[in-house]
This record gives sequence, structure tokens and C-alpha cells, in this order.
Amino acid sequence: MKKREPISTGSEWTFELIQKYDAEIARVAEHYGLDTYPNQIEVITSEQMMDAYSSVGMPLNYNHWSYGKQFVSTEQQYRRGQMGLAYEIVINSDPCISYLMEENTMTMQALVIAHACYGHNSFFKGNYLFRTWTDASAIIDYLLFAKNYIAKCEERHGLEAVEQVLDACHALMNYGVNRYQRPQPITPDEEKARQAEREEYVQRHINQLWNTIPKKDEEEVIQESRFPSDPEENLLYFVEKNAPLLESWQRELVRIVRKIAQYFYPQRQTQVMNEGWACFWHYTILHHLHDEGLVTDGFIMEFLHSHTSVVYQPPFDAPYFNGINPYALGYGMMQDIRRICENPTDEDREWFPDIAGSNWNDTIQDAMRNYKDESFILQFLSPNIIRELKLFTIDDDSRSNTLQISAIHNSSGYQRVRENLAAQYNIGNREPNIQVYNVNVRGDRSLTLRHYIHNGQPLGDSTLEVLKHLHVLWGFDIHLESATPEGTVQKSYHCPLQPETAVAE
Amino acid sequence: MSYIIDRRLNAKKKSTVNRQRFLRRYKAHIKRSVEEAVNSRSITDINQGSEISIPSKDVSEPVFHHGNGGFRQRVFPGNKEFVVGDEIERPQGGGGGGAGEGSASNQGEGEDDFTFQINQEEFLDFMFEDLELPYMIKKQLRDATSFETRRAGFTNVGSPDKLNVVRSLRSAQARRIALSGKERREIRVLKKELSQLQTMLPDDDAALKITDIEAQIEALQKRIKRMPFIDEFDLKYNNLIRTPVPSSKAMMLCIMDVSGSMTQSIKDIAKRFFILLYLFLNRNYKQIELVFVRHHTHAKEVDEQEFFYSRETGGTIVSSALNLSADIIRDRYPSNDWNIYVAQASDGDNWDGDSHICRQVLQEQILPLAQYFAYIEITTGPPQNLWLEYQQIQQQFEESFAMHNITEAADIYPVFRKLFEKKE
Repeated sequence: MKKREPISTGSEWTFELIQKYDAEIARVAEHYGLDTYPNQIEVITSEQMMDAYSSVGMPLNYNHWSYGKQFVSTEQQYRRGQMGLAYEIVINSDPCISYLMEENTMTMQALVIAHACYGHNSFFKGNYLFRTWTDASAIIDYLLFAKNYIAKCEERHGLEAVEQVLDACHALMNYGVNRYQRPQPITPDEEKARQAEREEYVQRHINQLWNTIPKKDEEEVIQESRFPSDPEENLLYFVEKNAPLLESWQRELVRIVRKIAQYFYPQRQTQVMNEGWACFWHYTILHHLHDEGLVTDGFIMEFLHSHTSVVYQPPFDAPYFNGINPYALGYGMMQDIRRICENPTDEDREWFPDIAGSNWNDTIQDAMRNYKDESFILQFLSPNIIRELKLFTIDDDSRSNTLQISAIHNSSGYQRVRENLAAQYNIGNREPNIQVYNVNVRGDRSLTLRHYIHNGQPLGDSTLEVLKHLHVLWGFDIHLESATPEGTVQKSYHCPLQPETAVAE
Repeated sequence: MSYIIDRRLNAKKKSTVNRQRFLRRYKAHIKRSVEEAVNSRSITDINQGSEISIPSKDVSEPVFHHGNGGFRQRVFPGNKEFVVGDEIERPQGGGGGGAGEGSASNQGEGEDDFTFQINQEEFLDFMFEDLELPYMIKKQLRDATSFETRRAGFTNVGSPDKLNVVRSLRSAQARRIALSGKERREIRVLKKELSQLQTMLPDDDAALKITDIEAQIEALQKRIKRMPFIDEFDLKYNNLIRTPVPSSKAMMLCIMDVSGSMTQSIKDIAKRFFILLYLFLNRNYKQIELVFVRHHTHAKEVDEQEFFYSRETGGTIVSSALNLSADIIRDRYPSNDWNIYVAQASDGDNWDGDSHICRQVLQEQILPLAQYFAYIEITTGPPQNLWLEYQQIQQQFEESFAMHNITEAADIYPVFRKLFEKKE
């Protein structure tokens, strides 16, 4: 390959240089077949970066004290030098917005462009979860709608009243997603038009549900069945549609939080893949540029320096160990897939007969499109990576006094480590499974939730606090029962407080 | 094609609103932190910003999560010597390998307090919130010297620069409508007639009448048109009046004992108290005169530099300071013009036989003129003779006389708040 002149040699960036780098990176990305939304690259200051941090990375968001809390803590840590700010933030929108910090050197800007504007961007556009669950073209408009709507509510009903509802919704945010049902795409015009309609309809619908006009005796019998007839996993949805006392603006707030939770739901499930994918591509693209002579050796050294620190995995006993680094795991796996495709060993042929020796780019594109963290690990975590990271499984059974090592990186352990690690990324395992079980429609209108105990893990200590929040929304008594798989209730929580009862077995 | 946008000049501080909401929500906590900070600081940096700590559990946002217990399997990196079947001790305290990964609260904050920074402005806001100089009265309404210009409706006369265009045009329109009422009524009647006649067409009689009526209408409309569009008496002017502003002038007399019996730590406490007072007054009252008096056997009026930093010392005669104060008030601050406040700090150790003189001076010369007199006695021992004398005064001047005992630096701020809290 004929070497070309480097684009730049210094470390200072200018807008012209960013443009040139972006053009070259775009060319290489296209060469590798990355399909992206158009990019909108915004250069911001570190203060603006902190602002962006504290509103969950979104360019605009409604006002809430918890974002202020996030902000002061970010500010504090940054000032004390305990934490560097991220080099970039990228937003799943169309066009895809990425923030570059002005403090970055030219190399870092190029790295960020490759990482965010082409790596993450193509992931957002390609991955099936994002394709199903989020609507990149509408999110910014929706956030604007939400911000204005909430500001209007604050004017009309007072800060406290709005804050109370938002606090309650935030506590239940993780339970505001439909896991299996495709939500309807949201467009802002539709949203506004339908909102008024919804207000009226919902109010009427609820009145029917809570209609207290006595019915004939024969109908009473049917009422014995539970409401909802099947447990509902989306607590916020259930509240929005059925809470008896909420006013229509409060329902709209619940809906806004729910919609935003839904938008972020895919991100929570694809962290390893998303970061791995972006790291893989910034590595590949920048090396490609280096091979062409477009970037200098100094550039590549500086790049490698930050790249290696990003994808470093500290061992479990290191003082700064903080769980498995998704960048390290994801990047390692992506590179490993390429290796398996290009230079498969006998072991790889045995473990991955389908992909060993295939076209690497097709294979990782396919992986990016059709998997989430859990299934990605279950499918692609190779013995090679397990050995590299020296992964091992610890069994923690509260009934025994010691922890037990149940699998390590050896031939008998690979399969188990892989399954355990995959399970660890299953949101269903991470969060307690809590669903709406019953509403006492004819009686005291109390709402009963059921916690389906998984592996004997009890609920944490903030459970009652969350129930208080739910109580604010529902307006009548809340009960929560922790039930074993056999269906016996082990423990129940109540709000307002009744003596906590442990059902003896 | 990518768009590259320079956003650096866009608004910063987007989070200000959220930050303020956060501060508002945790006001009680922050106040407590501020109080601690005030007590533990050296005199010179008492008015800096501060680091605020709030227990993490108070700021946490609850979510459903798994507690400890049950069976779970976790994968960790970096195995060194473990083989299958090894048993290891459960790490204590749930940290490290215990809870954390997997549960929803692995934010890395752990048991630490939630800490953040507030700036000087905010710090002082919290420090002096809900404090005021008690019983401040607006004095001197008569022979006021300061005026304020206020808008007071509209007038018919005035200088052209105060012309109110909207009002003027509105009144012109009103006049035109009012004066043309008769003509317009006639036009309406004629028009109705006209339309009736038009239905009868073709008819010679009617046609004749129509031209006649049309001529009448035209004449009336001409008359309306002749009405002036705007007239002299339509003009309205913004009216500005000068209102006397009641002055709420206030002066604070700071009296500090610097006698030999005051040890270094007592002086330090006294100075801290006065610095707090000084900050508070400077911040919350724009126009206040401060007079500093320090005394041992002799009292002397000094400037603030000398008040806080001079090292001169001697025996104790408290009445010297009170006499000087009474003179200052009488000569320079007539009580019908001024709200007079006095703050006195001492260790209460006075020359025998002087304390009852102090009481007399207070009762007869100072308290009748003062809005509020605050005495703090800084001593760890039993109350001194000055305290006992002052106690008698307190019964007499329950409202305007307050006294408190300070034993250590930590008392200063609470006492200060008590002295100057808002009284309903």
C-alpha cells in the first residue's frame, strides 16, 4: 500500500482537522461496511460535559433534584481529580449526536470520532434491541415535549406536587418497561394530539373500573378472579392505566418516565457489546489509517496508551477492582471473534464450528445485530478469553459459611464460567422479579405485588421506601409478597406500615 | 457527511436549576453542615465556601434490589491460585466480593457520605438564613431626605417624553366613538332602509329614494371623517411622583472586653462572634454603621482593623465602655433617626464595685434608646458578677435585652442564631 502524507502531526486540534479526520474515518468505516446514522459532532467544554453527565447524557431533560445531585457529585469528583470526565458522550438519536471535549488532543478527538460516531452509532442503528425498542429520530423531540410538559405542570400544580410524582416514578423506573412487547413509535406531533384524547379516555376508563354501583349477585362470582387476570410486569404502565386517584397530568408524568425508561432499556442490556463494538472499531479504523500513513507513529502511540488503559481489566483482588470492565470484556470478545475467523485453532474449530474460518467482518456484524449481552456471551465467549481474563466462578450460598470456587479457566470449567457470566448479564437475574399480582377491586382497593424469589435471594433494605413511593401513586394500601417458586409466601411488606410479618414455614 | 458544531459558547450552567433543587431538598442537612463548618473554622476563612457531607442513605434514591442471602454465582477475573472446590472465607461487611456486582446499588459510593461543594455565596446564605436584626423600625418618616420616584397612573398634562402612546390613542378612539354615535346610528337606520328599498327594485320611486339616502349617508360619513383623529385632550402622560422613603438607618455598637483576664482562647471566641456579626450585617443590611469599642480599664473607639487585630490589654472596668457607648449614641446617633443595636462580649470578670454602675448606665442611658442589646459572656466557670447584675436588667427589658453564655467555640454559632433569629 502506498503511504500517504499524515493528516496532521501536532497534538492541537482545529475544526478543519476534525473535518479531515472525520472524512477519512468515514471512508474507512464505509470500507468495512459500517452502517451509521448521519453524525452531528459537537465540541463542548468540560463544564458542559458535566451538565450532559448529570442529565443522563441527554442534551435536554426535565428538571429534577436527582440530576442536581448527580451534578454536584460529578463536579466534586472532577474538581478533586478523582475522576476524569469521559472523552465523549454519544446519544442514540438520528442524526447521532456526539460530544467532544475541547480539552482533548487531536489524537483523542480522532479516537472519539471513530469510537462514538462510527462505533456506537452503527451499533445503535444495527442492533436488534435498539431497532425494536427505540426510535432514534423521535427521542429529542419527545424529550422536548416532556420537558415543556413537566415545566407547565410545575407552574400549574407546584414544584412539590410534580416532584413527588417524579420521585415515585423514578423509584419504579426499572419496572416501567415492557420486556416483550414492542412499544409504539413515538412522534411528537402524534404525542401532543393524542395526549388530550388520552386524558379524557383514561379518566373515563378508570371510572368504569372503580364503578361502585352494586352489581347483581350472579356477577359477584366472576369478580372473585384477580385483577389483572395475568400478572403485569410493567408497574408504571399498570399505575398509569389503573391508579384510581391520579389526575390526568399525573398520569402523563408517569407515562413520560416510563417512555424514557423504555428508551434506555436496550442500553442497559447491551453495555458489554456496545462498548466492545465501539472499541473494536476505533482500534481497527485507526490502525487502518496508520497503515495508510495518514496518522503518525506518535499518534498511534498516544492512541494505544489511552486504548490500553480503557480496556484494562484489573484482577478481582486489586484495590480498584470494580466489577468486570465492560470495555475489556467486550473488546476482548470482539477481537477474539476476528481471531477465530482468521486464524482458528483446533480448540476454536471444536467450540465454534460455524464461525471458525468464516469472514470475520460478516460474523461480528451478525453478532452485533442479533445479540444482547447475555446471549452474546453465551454464544461467543471463547475458552481463549476465559483463559486470558482468568475468569472463575464463586458460588455464594448464604447457608454455608464459606464461598466456594465452582469453576475456573480449565477445560471442565469453560462451559460453566460462560453460562454463569451470561446469567450475570441477564437483567431478569439482576433485578428482583416483581409484578402486579392483584387489586382488591371490590374491597379496600389495595394493590398487591408479588416478588418471585429467584435462587432464594430476598429483597434489599430499600424495599419499603419504594413501596412508599408506589403508595403515593396508587393512593391506597400496597402489599408486597415474596413468594417462593412453589407459590408459598415467605415474607410480606406493607405500606402504610403494618407489622412486617414473616410467615413461618 | 457529518456536521461539526462548536457548542462551547452555548449556555453553561445548564444544571443550575437542578442543583438548586437539590440544595433546596437537603436544606436541613446543609444547614447542619454549615453550622459545623462555622464552628470549626479559623477566623480568617470563616466566610469561604464549604464542603457539605450528607449521609449517603439520606440522598439515595430507593429502587427494588436484591438483599444479601440466597444463592448466587458470580464470575470474577484474575484468578491466581484457586482451583475448583476451594473454599474461601466470606469477605466481611459485604464489600469487595460480597454484595455489589449484580445488585442495583453498585455505584461505588459505598458507605461514604455524599460530599459536594457549595460556594461562598451559598455558604453565607445558609449561614444567615432566617436571621435579622430584631425590632427594626422605620424611623423618620417626616423630614425625609431621600425620595423614590414611583409610577402613579396617568395625567393629562406632562412633558412630551412621558407621553403614553397607547393610552393616548385609546382615549382618542374612545372620543371618536363617543362623539360620532349619533351619526353612526343614523347611518345604520338609513342603511337598513336602503336594503329594504333595494329589494323593491326595479321601481322608479325606490331608485329615487335610494340616491337620496345614499347622498344622506355620504354626508353623514363625511361628518364623521371631519372628527379629528387625535385631539389635545386625548393626550395622556405617565405620571411619576416622588414619595419619601422612610429610612431604616441602623447602627451596631460592638463592645469587646480585651482585659487581662480574657485569655487567648476567650478573645478568640469573642472575635469569632464579632466576625460572624460583622459578616451578617454586611451581607444582609446594606446601610448599617458599625462602631467598634474595645476596653480594658479604658474604653476606646477603634476602627475594625484595630478592633480585630490590636493586642493592647490591661485591667477591667466595663462601665468605661458603656459610658463611652452612651456618649457615642447620644452625640452621633439620635434615637429618633437610628435603630440602635449593641453587642457586648466579655468574660464577665469585672472590677468589684463597677458592675452595678454598668447596670445603671445600661438601664438609664442605653437600653431606653436601643432596639436590642445582646450580651454574651464567655466563661467556662460559674457566672461572673457582671452576669448577675445583668440578670436583673433582663427582667425589666425582656424584649430588648438578651444574654447568653458561651463556653466553647462550638457554642458561638448556635448562640448567634438564637440572638438574631427572626422574631415574629
